[in-house]
Parts: sequence; structure tokens; C-alpha cells
Amino acid sequence: MVRNLMNAGQSVSLRRLFDEVGQVDCVGIEERVAKYTTRSIKKASKLWGLRTAVSMVDLTTLEGKDTPGKVASLCAKALHPSEDPAVPQVAAVCVYPAMVKHARRALGTDATVRIASVATAFPSGQAPLRTRLAEVRAAVADGADEIDMVINRGAFLAGEFGRVQDEIAAVRTACGGATLKVILEVSELETYDNIRAASFLAMRVIRPGDFIKTSTGKTTLNATLGNNQVMLEAIRDFYLETGTAISMKPAGGIRTAKQALQFLIAVKETLGDAWLNNTRYRFGASSLLNDLLRQIEKERTGAYQAPYYFSEAAESY
Amino acid sequence: MATLVSARKKSAARNGRPAPELIFGDLWEYDPAPETADPKLKPRYELFINGKFVAPKSGKYFDTINPATERKLAEIALAGTADVDAACRAAQRAYDNVWGQLSGRERAKYLFRIARLLQDRAREFAVAETMDGGKPIKEARDFDVPMAAAHFFYHAGWADKLEYVAPGRRVAPLGVVAQVIPWNFPLLMCAWKLAPALAMGNCVVLKPAETTSITALKLAEIIQDAGLPPGVVNFVTGAGATGAALTAHPIPAKVAFTGSTEVGKIIMRSLAGTDKKMTMELGGKAANIVFDDAPLDQAVEGIINGIFFNQGHVCCAGARLLVHEPVAAKVIAKLKQRIKVLRVGDPLDKNTDVGAINSKEQLAKITKLVASGVKEGAEIYQSPCQLPAKGWYFRPTIFSNVTMSHRIAREEIFGPVLSILTFRTVDEAIEKANNTAYGLSAGVWTDKGSRILKMSTELKAGVVWANSYNKFDPTSPFGGYKESGFGREGGRQGLLDYCKLV
Repeated sequence: MVRNLMNAGQSVSLRRLFDEVGQVDCVGIEERVAKYTTRSIKKASKLWGLRTAVSMVDLTTLEGKDTPGKVASLCAKALHPSEDPAVPQVAAVCVYPAMVKHARRALGTDATVRIASVATAFPSGQAPLRTRLAEVRAAVADGADEIDMVINRGAFLAGEFGRVQDEIAAVRTACGGATLKVILEVSELETYDNIRAASFLAMRVIRPGDFIKTSTGKTTLNATLGNNQVMLEAIRDFYLETGTAISMKPAGGIRTAKQALQFLIAVKETLGDAWLNNTRYRFGASSLLNDLLRQIEKERTGAYQAPYYFSEAAESY
Repeated sequence: MATLVSARKKSAARNGRPAPELIFGDLWEYDPAPETADPKLKPRYELFINGKFVAPKSGKYFDTINPATERKLAEIALAGTADVDAACRAAQRAYDNVWGQLSGRERAKYLFRIARLLQDRAREFAVAETMDGGKPIKEARDFDVPMAAAHFFYHAGWADKLEYVAPGRRVAPLGVVAQVIPWNFPLLMCAWKLAPALAMGNCVVLKPAETTSITALKLAEIIQDAGLPPGVVNFVTGAGATGAALTAHPIPAKVAFTGSTEVGKIIMRSLAGTDKKMTMELGGKAANIVFDDAPLDQAVEGIINGIFFNQGHVCCAGARLLVHEPVAAKVIAKLKQRIKVLRVGDPLDKNTDVGAINSKEQLAKITKLVASGVKEGAEIYQSPCQLPAKGWYFRPTIFSNVTMSHRIAREEIFGPVLSILTFRTVDEAIEKANNTAYGLSAGVWTDKGSRILKMSTELKAGVVWANSYNKFDPTSPFGGYKESGFGREGGRQGLLDYCKLV
């Protein structure tokens, strides 16, 4: 009896949340994003897009076998992606909390490349809250500038939205001055309606300049133009409603320069010019960087270079 | 359970600050991306009669203009009464001696061949269509040409299965049919008309619209290449007089017309008292109805697609937006934002969303009706986009505060102009949607399935799209209620209009 009542209460709150934030039609949104893929980006506009994409990369390594050496070489790549002086540094490196101090040592204290760390029992988030918060504090203490947290998907799917928000708020507090990125793990939320609702739950408790992020890269389906669009539209609606500008990070599955340009087209046509920079938009990726560099080199020389002309790329994601 | 932090708390904190706005500026401009495929245009196009390109008996030609540049593209033969007569006789001969005797299986081979040849030359046709008509290349490339091929493929499939068109009855072709098509989808309308007629075993004399004859005459090249017997398909080009000569000619057993309601009425009057069969696909003033529980961003996308697809030169365009009062302000704000990122300009640029208005006359008509909207007190909003210096263009335009007594809510504008009305209840929405002389199409946007079913039975429209708009398929019949015409095109129902039951 008590259980039934609880369920009834939860479904009412889900319905209320959907009513409040609005819903998403799956066919319609996929039709919309299909139009981005028919945009033809050439010459100077292509080069601008590629360079901007480089500056937005969170160069990532998230493997059980990560070592201080691996992280050091990742940091070197982040600082000097290319010999071409016109190519910017990437936005950040993204590593596990245990690797933060090694990344800090490799980058030094005054690097413009930031250190992001996936804390909160990434990727599942299935650890007690106090453990997760301790992990966040430790990463920040070791020198992380940004914390990528995962939301409690179990709580979300069980309808405990208050708990989801409270946990995000607790992590936000634990971050102190560090930027917070909230990973929704879209493939586990499954529907576009859920992704939109979760975006709003997160945006209502994080600070201007904090991010919402699609996925961990550890499940089958990661960033797609469709879920990117749902989250961009949520950011747009939230911004127009409250004036608070939230940033966005699609992660996982973006491997080619062509894909990256399509994601940027979505940003340009949905959120406009103010989001076309790395404080408002990031790519969580690793192999993407070398494809961007390869395309930039192709624009410069007119020919594709062999992969071995580019220094190592991290393989994960 | 902890309380949810809701949006209301935060919006209260905004007091005193300027309203946030999105900037759609020039930080990242797309470079021009013109489609460069060769449309292989000839300087002069002749009539296509009895399998051959022939000069008009009068020796007269008229110019066809590229609406994006106002420059002449080619000369088109002007068919007179004698040419129309020759075409009809050729069609009758072909019907009596060849086409009428062929089995459906043999006819299907020709249709398959036409479809494949069209696919082979898809890019060339897309560029020609864009240059002659002004539509964006991405629409010609992704919609017009593939859909035209799809109609030939679909009807090729039917040609040897005609015994299933009317179960329990036998069907027979009508003989020669006269077809007159409009300028908004020149090649696609050609395919819509030719494919079912040929599949059913009829022979055809078709007149394209005078501003867009090129792709029909290029299709004639394909028909030659496909080896279709001479006279089965004939094209006569020209303006109203040519059309009148064709529809009034004694040979055709049927007249199929797609175009304006005004001309449709003229044709119907001229054919009164004859035994010719008719199908008419005429104008529209469709209602696109958005309820407060609709997925609003996708509804906005559907509204944009509904009215700005092909510059609004679409008979089933969602020209009247009926929006539920609780969400009206929100929807209008979203629409204005969306219009800002529509790219209006050179139709050959692959990034162009809205191209050129088909003709100077059409541009003048749109301008006049928009002026009437302003004069009658509707609130106008136009895209701030730059228009090219040369060519016929019109800014994407929306009117809010429109009522059913405004001219812009009643007359078909056939341009990129949306009239927005509001409603309060389902019944009011239905009443307003049906309060028009037309009845070609409608759109319903709601999360509630039962409401969609109710609306689809009560809306007097030939097509009702639910949570989508402007979706076409050869299998789906298309046609109108009331002054939007009669008869159906596409699907089994479309075939029934090209046969007699015996």
C-alpha cells in the first residue's frame, strides 16, 4: 500500500516535470538535426570551424591502464597539438582523479590548458554520496580546474528528482572554484523527454559557466546530433527564461572533423555566436583531435597527410 | 523528499536586468557553396510530339527566365492549336496501335527504365530545376528529383498488378489523357501525372507551366532514351492558350489539372457538357494546428517547413497557423528566432534554405497581399536577412494577430508568408480550420493521440499530418476537399482516377 502510494506520487512528479519543461518529438528532432548534416562548409569557414573545434577539445584518457607517463604525453599533445602556430591549444585534458596530480605536474601551474577530472565514482556513480564528494574534493585539491560528475540515473529513473538535484548541488559545493560538468549519461536515460527533463534538473542547481554533458563514453551510445540538439534547446530555453548561460559538452563518439563541424553548426543555429567558444562548448574526445589536425593540414596544403605525420593520439572513447 | 528547485525562483532573480537574447551574427559565416554540376541546358527547346523534338508550326518561341538572376535561360517553343492537335493525334495513334496492346508487365519495364535514367541524371536534373524555378538546390536534390523517381518506381510496380486496383472489378485505360501542371514542382508534378497514367495504359499529352518547362523537356530526353514508343508521351509547351487548346481538344478522354482554383474553375466551365473525366488539384489555405501539449520546438520546425518549404509555393503549405492561446506567445517567439537562422539567397548555394520567388508576377501578388495584411492591422515580422540585389526574392514573413476576416487568412498567398491565429478549444480549432473555401491539407500538433484521431475525422482536408508536415509518399493518396479540387493522386486511389471500371 505504502509502496503503491509512493509510485503514484512519483509518476505525478514525472508528469509534472515533463509538463513544466516541455517534451520532445523524436521524429521531429531527428529531422531537424539531419539538416545540419547537409550544410556545406568550405574554405575559410571550414578552417575557422576546425581551429575552433581544436580549441574546444577536452583531450581525454580514461583507462584502467593510465599511467603518469601516458598522462604526461597527453598533456604534451594538449599544449602543442601541431607545429602550425595558427592551431590553438586544446581546452583541457580530462583524466581520472588519481591522475590529476600527474597532469598538474606535466602542465605546470600557469598553463592555459585546464585539467578536468571525472569524479563521483565515474562512470556508474554507484558509490555513497560522501565517497563521491570526497573524491571531488580530492581531485580539486590535487589541482583539477574542472570536475565532470555523473548524475544519479537510478534516482532519476525512480522518479526521485529532488535527490538528483540535491546530489548535484552537493557536488557543486564540493567543487569550490572548479567548474562543474554534469554528465547525464543520455543512453541510460533513453528517451529525449528524459534527457530534456534531466537537463533542466541539472541547470536549475548549477552555476553560470557550468556544463551539462551528454555521456561518459563508457556505454554503447554517446553523443549524437539528436541528444546534443535536445540539450542545446534546453540550454537555450533556460537561458531565455532565467538569463543564466549554461555551457555544453557532448562526449564520446565524435571521432571525425566532419562530425565536429556538424555539432558546431548545431550550436551556431540553435544558441548563436555566444556559444561558439570553449568556455561555452567543449568536445569530450581523444581521436577527434588528430582528425581535426589532419583536415587543417589538408586545407593548408591541399593534400591529406598520412596518419603517422601526427603525433600520438589517445585511443580511448 | 526534497523539494525541487524550480525555474520560477531563478526567473524572479532577473528583475531589472535586460531580457537575455541570442546572437545570430557573423562570427562564423558559411562560405558560398555553389552546386557546380552541369545542368546541360540547350539554348532552345522544341515541342516533344510523337517521340521527336519538333519546331512549333507557328515558329514562335518564348523565353524562360532564371528567377534568381532574372537572366534568360533558354527559349521554349510556343505550341499553337495545330501543334496540340498533332500531339493529341499522335497520342491516339500510339494508344490504338501500341500502348493499349501492351501487357502491364511490358509497360512496367519502360517505367522502371525512366525511373533509373532519372536517378542516373539526378544532379543534372536538380540543377536544371533550381535554375528554372528558383527553389533551393537542397530541395531539388533531396526532394523533387528523388520523389519523382520514386513515383515512377512505385507505379512501375503497379503496372502488372492492376487487377488488384479495384478488387472484384476489371479496369481498363481511358485512352488519351490531357494533363496540365503548375510551376511549383515542375518535374515532380510531371511524374505524379505521367506515372499513374502510363502504368494504367493511357497515352498522355502534357503541358508544363510556361515559366518552368525545362525539366519536362529534359524528361522527354529520358523518355526517348528509355525507348518509349513514339506518341505515348507528348509535351506541348506554352501559356494559358495552349492549355485551353489542350483541355478543349476532342481526343483526350480525361483532363487532369494541378494549379490555381481560378484556372481550375475556368477549365471546369469549359468542359461542362462534355463526357471528359476530370481531376483537379487546386489551391489551399491549410491550417497547421498547434496545441499547448505539443512538442513545441518540433512544432516550430514543422511550421517553418510547412510554410517556407519551396518559398511557400506549395498548394498544401501550412499557411494558417492556429495556435492554442496558452502557448501562442511562446510559439511566436520561437518562430521569430528560427526565422533568423533561415538562409535566404542564391538557390544554387547548397546552404540556402529559402530560394527565389518563381516569377515577377508571383512576387507582385505576394507583395500586394502582404500589404493588405499590414493595412488590415495584422502585426508583421520579417526576417532581417540580406536579400540578393538581383533576382526575385521575398523575406520570410509572419503575421500575428490575424483573424479569420483578414484577407491574408482567407486568400491563398502562395509565398513565404504565415498568418497566425489563436484558438481556445478543440472545437474552435476545428471550426476555424474548416472555415475556408479550401480543404487540401492540415497539420495537428499534440501529444494526445485520441485528439489526433478526432481532428483527422473532423477536419475537411484531403491530408491531415500529425506531428509532422509536408510528408509525401507515392503510396499515399493526395487531393482536396471543396475548392481544393477532386480526385486523388498517388496510391491505389490515384490509379482509380486513370481507369474505367468494366
